Amino acid sequence: MKMKHIMLATTAVMGLAGTVQAENVLRWGAHRDIGSLDPYSYGDSFTINVLNHVYEGLVRYDRDLKIEPALAASWEILEDQVTWRFKLREGVTFHNGNPFTAADVVASLTRVSDETSPLKGNLPAYVSSTVVDDYTVDITLNGTYPLLLNDLTNIHIFDEEWMTENDALMPTDIGAGTEGFATYNANGTGPFIVESRQPDAKTVFVVNPDWWDEARHNLDRIELTPVNSAATRVAALLSGEINFTNEAPVQDLPRLEAAPNVELLEGVDLRTVMIGFPFRETLTTGESNPFSDIKVREALYKAIDLDLIHQKVMRGKSRIAGATVAPPIPGYVETLDDVPDFDPDSAKALLAEAGVPEGLEFEFNCLSDGLVNEEQFCQAIASMWSRIGLAPKLDVAPRAVQSPKRTNGSTDVYTLGWATLPMLDSYSPLLQIFHSKDGNAGVFNWGGWSYPELDALIDAAGSELDFDKRMALQTEALQLVKDEIIMIPLHQQPMAWAVTDEVTEMPLFPDAKPRLWFVNVNPAS
Amino acid sequence: MIAFLLKRTANAVFVMLAVALLAFVIFRFFGDPVEMMVNEQATQADRVELRERLGLNDGFLTQYTRFVTNAVQGNFGISYRNQQDVMVLIQDRLPATFELVLVATVISLLVGIPLGVITAVYRDSRLANALQLGSIVGVSLPSFVVGILLILAFSVSLGLLPAFGRGETVDIGWWSTGFLTPSGRAALVLPAISLSTFQVTLVMRLVRAEMLETLRTDYIKFARARGVPTRRVQWRHALRNCLMPVITLTGMQIGNLIAFALVTETVFQWPGMGMLFIQAVTFVDIPVMAAYLMIVSFIFVALNTVVDITYAWVDPRLRDDTVRAGGANG
Repeated sequence: MKMKHIMLATTAVMGLAGTVQAENVLRWGAHRDIGSLDPYSYGDSFTINVLNHVYEGLVRYDRDLKIEPALAASWEILEDQVTWRFKLREGVTFHNGNPFTAADVVASLTRVSDETSPLKGNLPAYVSSTVVDDYTVDITLNGTYPLLLNDLTNIHIFDEEWMTENDALMPTDIGAGTEGFATYNANGTGPFIVESRQPDAKTVFVVNPDWWDEARHNLDRIELTPVNSAATRVAALLSGEINFTNEAPVQDLPRLEAAPNVELLEGVDLRTVMIGFPFRETLTTGESNPFSDIKVREALYKAIDLDLIHQKVMRGKSRIAGATVAPPIPGYVETLDDVPDFDPDSAKALLAEAGVPEGLEFEFNCLSDGLVNEEQFCQAIASMWSRIGLAPKLDVAPRAVQSPKRTNGSTDVYTLGWATLPMLDSYSPLLQIFHSKDGNAGVFNWGGWSYPELDALIDAAGSELDFDKRMALQTEALQLVKDEIIMIPLHQQPMAWAVTDEVTEMPLFPDAKPRLWFVNVNPAS
Repeated sequence: MIAFLLKRTANAVFVMLAVALLAFVIFRFFGDPVEMMVNEQATQADRVELRERLGLNDGFLTQYTRFVTNAVQGNFGISYRNQQDVMVLIQDRLPATFELVLVATVISLLVGIPLGVITAVYRDSRLANALQLGSIVGVSLPSFVVGILLILAFSVSLGLLPAFGRGETVDIGWWSTGFLTPSGRAALVLPAISLSTFQVTLVMRLVRAEMLETLRTDYIKFARARGVPTRRVQWRHALRNCLMPVITLTGMQIGNLIAFALVTETVFQWPGMGMLFIQAVTFVDIPVMAAYLMIVSFIFVALNTVVDITYAWVDPRLRDDTVRAGGANG
């Protein structure tokens, strides 16, 4: 009797909750919301990734993360080596029906590279662009630069007419206190159209029937709901309120695995987790800094039991790394991936040789909301270092608190995860982390090291248009990074998505970005 | 009276300025918004330039003055995270929090008052003892635990009610309400119960204490002697006299409920002001954090000031005392 009541109530509530629809819906429970409907408004990869379903770039990554034509049909480098000519795809229309032409590309590139655009850094070599004819655009760079296509994968193309009509030709500017039309409205060429948006509650996308490309998905709608609390997200998946999440919490994986209606998609992320050292004169304690001695860095490397961290902290789901970039990243070669044997005795001997005093104190800076199980592996490593006679002071706090300390050098040893996004090339960490701090280079060179030989290799790679030659240079640079142990690579971190049995096809990408135009669900009856 | 009014208003302004200073100091040194706003590719020059444009390089006093001047005009600037006007963001979230708090309050009264009467009337019965014991659990269980237990039971196991969100909403002017749609009402149930757990206990215990007191008074004895039915004596005569403090308490607790709502909103992904604040903290969205703190304090300060003035208006003695005491101290 009681059961029957419950069943009746269930059907009643279910019937009321979701309006009956014969539509194929992907209900996506994400770990957070997108910042805005304007992909240029915020240098945030999640927002750009989601809006990539609405807006498209001139080129895009295919299912194997290789660059393929999108809004551009083909391209060539002109004789001056700094101008790239793009032939555009014809017959593409924006969601409002406007045709896509060269003027749209120029207006979009102008917008994204504006002084006040937060995404200016995503197009570092850009100087100017010009319309050649309706379907041809020239982009001029500040020098020979091999990675323009990689950069362009993340530059979304807007409709010039729509931007002009709505006073959205310039990016929104927080400094000037202006909001923009594009923050609340979207008009792209992509496979999905924004139907509605309630910030922090729900954003709905519907299929674009006039998409220029052949649809390989069978979705009619995508409903993106942010669910920050991990426990609630898991509950929503188990109860079928959402049928996809791109952030299945690591601690709940066994539970999700055991659920009959849920399938886990597990893989290894491109993000390499590393430990960095200070190269300054003194430590935060005022003591002189021993870490600039390679023997000391080697000792710390040897004192870390990578297998133990892999087994116990990462539950066997990470991939132990010897290189600072993951295997799929161009520039990686297998010989970079050796790791030294775990050997605390020889570590101790090295420290003694380098004259490091027993019980040396230093700060070890970790994030509580950063990498996968970061707090736990930091604790493990701190205790491993204590065992060889050092006294690391573990400092764990949220990113918001730790970031300023890291960038202005008021900490000693720190963690860093680098996925080479959105470039997907080893040039990214080489330039941003390992190059000397110099203008636009070495932004994440928090330790303050400088290897002129390494800089020369990176600079040469940065203007080498021949792919094979460039890779040779970058591999050589990565080898130098490894030999000098500038940073200690630990592992590539695990990633897990989860879908319910309604979803029949969901490709998992190592850059952790969902590409829902490859998704298929059980057809709605 | 005018002197008193001026005094109270000046006090309120002073408190608000202090809150503004506090909000400003905390958030200004809390973290670095620039680090959260740029991505891996951004260059050092981009960062420096963004910092300059946000005015983070200005002197402390300049920034504080700018903040207060703008805040007085209701202008809290643009959110760093989603580039929208902060006031608009807060205005969007206000209905969600308000409706949640309202329903939680109604639940706490509808459940708490009868339970209070029952435990007082049958004070030594097994039921009353069980309820008393249960109420201890009610106060001691943190509301996020209650929330998660409710989700596990009613969403995951039984599939009866949604685990998160607000369901469909209907816009009436700038107010968006969840009361008018079935899914909106279904979504309200679990978070409202979770938010009201503590409140129910509080109301129940207050009613019980007041009832025990009242039931001993002479007029109740006389009513009984006159032959008024027991039930009527308990639920009409006695209860009525217990409700004044309950109403006062409920009013006072609204501020607390808004504060507790922060936790409940996080668990249930309820798109209210608490969620907005938590998100802002994660992203070091200084304008939103500061505005939230200012608005919540403003509600408290305004309520207190109004209460003080009303009391003074009702009871002139209070007015004189306060003025004199204030003068002596200041």
